[in-house]
Amino acid sequence: METPSEAIVIRDLWKIYSRKKDLRISSSDVENEERVEELDKGEDAVVAMKNVSLSVNRGETFIIMGLSGSGKSTLIRCLIRLVEPTSGEIIVNGENVTMMHKRELVDFRREKIAMVFQHYGLLPHRTVLDNVCFGLKLRGEEKEARRAKGVEALEQVGLKGWEKYYPASLSGGMRQRVGIARALVMDASILLMDEPFSGLDPLIRRELQDEMIRLQKEMHKTIFFVTHDLSEALRMGDRMAIMKKGEIVQVGSPDEVIASPADEYVAKFVQDERDQVQRAEQVLAREHTRKEAEAHVS
Amino acid sequence: MFPESFQVHVAPAVNRFINDLIAAYAPVFDSISAGILSFLLTVSEILVFIPWWGYILAVGLLSWYSSKKFVASIVLAALPFLIGMFGLWAMALESLSIIITAVLMALIIGLPVGVLMAEVRIIATILRPILDGMQTMPSFVYLIPAMMLFGLGRVPAVLATLIYALPPVIRLTALGLNQVPKPVEEAALAYGATRWQLIKEVRLPLAMPSILAGVNQTTMMALAMVVISSMIGARGLGQEVLLSINRIDIGRGFEAGISVVFLAIVIDRLTQNMAKRWEPPKR
Repeated sequence: METPSEAIVIRDLWKIYSRKKDLRISSSDVENEERVEELDKGEDAVVAMKNVSLSVNRGETFIIMGLSGSGKSTLIRCLIRLVEPTSGEIIVNGENVTMMHKRELVDFRREKIAMVFQHYGLLPHRTVLDNVCFGLKLRGEEKEARRAKGVEALEQVGLKGWEKYYPASLSGGMRQRVGIARALVMDASILLMDEPFSGLDPLIRRELQDEMIRLQKEMHKTIFFVTHDLSEALRMGDRMAIMKKGEIVQVGSPDEVIASPADEYVAKFVQDERDQVQRAEQVLAREHTRKEAEAHVS
Repeated sequence: MFPESFQVHVAPAVNRFINDLIAAYAPVFDSISAGILSFLLTVSEILVFIPWWGYILAVGLLSWYSSKKFVASIVLAALPFLIGMFGLWAMALESLSIIITAVLMALIIGLPVGVLMAEVRIIATILRPILDGMQTMPSFVYLIPAMMLFGLGRVPAVLATLIYALPPVIRLTALGLNQVPKPVEEAALAYGATRWQLIKEVRLPLAMPSILAGVNQTTMMALAMVVISSMIGARGLGQEVLLSINRIDIGRGFEAGISVVFLAIVIDRLTQNMAKRWEPPKR
C-alpha cells in the first residue's frame, strides 16, 4: 500500500507514439534499450516520455517544467489516461490508474481529479454556469444541487453575475476563470493544470496566479501544474521537476533548482531568473547607497 | 471505333438481378411499399387538413420568429399565396407531401448513419464511395429500379427521392461531428464523459449547424427530384411541368416552374434560419 502522504506516484512511465498505422509499440519494446534508441532515431515513432518516476505529496503544488515538446503535456494527460501510457505505473490516492477498466476510469475522472486546460475547453453552446456545472452533470447530480454549487464556484473565482453569459463574450482571462471554477466545483482532491495561464497576457496571468495561490491557501489541494514559464513555476510551486526530451532532469524545490541546477539545460533555464535577481539586487543596492548619500548630505 | 469483340455487357446481369429480386422478395417490397404509402398518406392528410391561410401565416411567423426581418417575412409569406393564385395549390401540396416524407425518412436513416460514420472508421471507408456514387449517379437512373420494385406512382417517387437526398445528411452529420474542436472534446473526456455522453452533450450540439445545413441540402435535392419523379407518375408540380413540356405550353410550364422555385425558396430560407439559431451564441 501507498503511504498516505503521497497523492500521486508515477513509476517508470513511458510513452512512445507510433506514427505508422501498423507499428504497435508495447511495453516489451520499452524494456529493450536498443529498441528504444532505434525507435527514437527513426521516423516511425516518437519517444515522448522516457522512464519518468515521480511522487507528489498530498497538498503540495508540484510543477512540471520544460520547453514545448519535452513531454510535459503527455505526462499530465497520462495521469487520467487521456493519453494511454506505453508502460509504467500511475498510482493516485493509492489506486492504480494504469490498471483501471473503462468504467472505473470514467468514475475516477468524475470523482477524484479535475483538470484545467490551456485552451479552456469550454462548451460554446452552454452558458457560463452550465459550463461550470458540466462535470457535475456528467456525474449525474441533480440540477438544483449542481446549480447552487456552480454559483458558489463562480463567486469564488470572481465571476458572480456572469452566469447567463456565453463563453464567446468573455475575455481569455475570464474564460480561464470559468475553467478554474469548473474544476473547483468538482471538489476533487487533485487538480491538474496544463499550462493554464500560458495564453494570457502578463498582467492577467499574474492576477490569476495570485488568485490560484489565494484559493490554494483555503483549499490545500494537490496541484499538478504544467508550465514552460519559470517565474510562474517559482511563484506557484512547492516543488518542481524539470523535463527535457521526455526525461526528468531535476526534481527539487524552486530554491534548490535555482541555486544548484543539475545540468547545463537547467542552468540555461534558470539563467534569466538569476540575471534578473542579480539586476534587481544591483538596482536596490544603488538605490540604497544613493539614499544613504542623500541622508548624509542633509 | 472501340472493337466490338471487347464488349462485355452487365445489362443482362443487372436485369436478371432485379427480376430475381422481385420474384424472390415481392412480399417484402409490397410491405415496404404499403408502409411508405401509409406514411405518405398520413402526411398528405395532415397537409390537406391545414387551411391555405394557415400555411401563409405559418411561413410568415416562422420567418419572423427565426430571422426578425419584417419585409423578408412578408415577401416569404407571399410566395405560397402566389402558388395558390396560379391554381397550383393542390399540386404543390402533393409535391410537398412527397418531399416531407422523403426528407423525414432521410433524417431517420441519415442521422444515425452519419453518427456511425463519424465514430467508426471502417464504416466511413466503406460508405464514402457509396455516397459519392449515390450523389453523382444521374438522378434519372434511380427511377428505373424504384419503378421496377415498387411500381408507378408516389411510393417509387419517395424512394428515388430518398436515395438521392440521403447523402448530404449523412455526410454533413459526420463532418460536423468530426469538426468539433479537440480541446473541447478533451475537456469533456477529462471530466468523465462516456462515449455516449460525449456524443450527446458535446459533439451533436456543436455539430448542429452542420447537420442542419445537411437537412437544408437534403430538402433542396428532394425538391429537385420531385420534378424528375413525375416521369414515373408522381403527381404534383412536376407533373404540370412534364405536361407543359409535352404540350409545348410555355406559359403553363412557367407557372409550374416558378411555383417549384417559390417552394424551394420558402423551404430553403426557413431551414437556413433555423440552422442559424443553432449556432453557438455570441453573447
